[in-house]
Amino acid sequence: MIAIIKYNAGNIKSVQNALSRLGAESVVTDDHNTILNADKVIFPGVGEAGSAMVYLQERGMDILIKSITRPFLGICLGQQLMCSHSEEGNTNCLNIFDVKVRKFPPTDIVPHMGWNTIYDLKGEIFKNCVDHEDVYFLHSYYADLCMNTSATCTYILPFSAALQKDNFFATQFHPEKSADIGDQILKSFIEL
Amino acid sequence: MLKKRIIPCLDIKNGRTVKGVNFVSLTDAGDPVELAKAYVQQGADELVFLDITATIENRSTLIHLVEKIANEINIPFTVGGGINSVEDVFSLTQAGADKVSINSSAIKRPELISDIASRFGSQCVVVAVDTKKENTDWKVYTHGGRTPTKISTLDWVKKAEQLGAGEILLTSMNHDGTKSGFSLDITYEVAKTMNIPVIASGGAGTKEHFSDVFLTTKASAALAASVFHFNEIPIPELKRFLKTKNIPIR
Repeated sequence: MIAIIKYNAGNIKSVQNALSRLGAESVVTDDHNTILNADKVIFPGVGEAGSAMVYLQERGMDILIKSITRPFLGICLGQQLMCSHSEEGNTNCLNIFDVKVRKFPPTDIVPHMGWNTIYDLKGEIFKNCVDHEDVYFLHSYYADLCMNTSATCTYILPFSAALQKDNFFATQFHPEKSADIGDQILKSFIEL
Repeated sequence: MLKKRIIPCLDIKNGRTVKGVNFVSLTDAGDPVELAKAYVQQGADELVFLDITATIENRSTLIHLVEKIANEINIPFTVGGGINSVEDVFSLTQAGADKVSINSSAIKRPELISDIASRFGSQCVVVAVDTKKENTDWKVYTHGGRTPTKISTLDWVKKAEQLGAGEILLTSMNHDGTKSGFSLDITYEVAKTMNIPVIASGGAGTKEHFSDVFLTTKASAALAASVFHFNEIPIPELKRFLKTKNIPIR
């Protein structure tokens, strides 16, 4: 059973749909015990960093998330919340990855919306992917490159398209909206 | 590199696709879910579903359809037609739509754009603009292009961006249905002005029309209906062609 963390951010339904297409059972929940006992945890999200962190802190979910030892996957805002700090609302985040989240400089269209190439892939969730495939992004803030970067993308500047540290995985792009390659990435996570 | 998006648009009436569809591979060409899946297979980058009946009685049919689409397809999709309120957006996003497209209702009540953006994020709000050239000025039309307004297209798109629109879907009525090419002049002007993505729409008839719009304007995406439905331009062939023109394509 995969627990999808329920909080005040959108995009949860499409993650659940993707898992069910791949034959994985999931439950959308904010119950601490259910989350701790799940085989895997997904932390999705489209939303605003500041209000999301307040929501998580008020419910003790910030501490809960950091204590999880099973495979954990943050998506989009989920990845940003797993970093140390976000410029969005000047927010201190979960600090699972020691890296800052910044707003794209306005030298091109922001948000970064659409299909873009990922490369320098590392780690188990990319085991069935080759470099330079296109995945779907939709975001205005990005995590810098750092020692935990497990996939790189370039838009305006190079940034962390994915991060990994121990059991904690994260993608800035939306695997659930990235056609076949996205399905491959989710499948690799499910099979961890 | 960020790719230019190719977006087929499906017109929906009472839960079925309208306009003739000529896909030999489909057992039921009127089923939007079947058609959507075929487009995903072909490499469409996103889909737009436009509910052209958009009456209150048909809302539940549409919501049910959106749920089925969301279950079956693994690329982003937008739903438009008759969206008047934050509640409408709530039910569509709950059903699985990634974005909504609003048109006449935003002109009537521009704060609807900011209301949706603040609740669901700017990325959720596509403002569709139907525009027509009158003498030398491009003006906005509402109600599926039936009702003229005195609003200048450039003024309106700027206002929409300020209010929190995440994208502009720009349809030139002078070109829509003519297959004579996208309207390069207004698309150029709008895309140059905006800091959000602009989707060019209306007039696609050949592969060259797509390369023209990407090579001469900053449009992020191009949308078309009939050339895809009738398989006049198969998407894989279009994408191969655009790549030969050095246009970044998935």
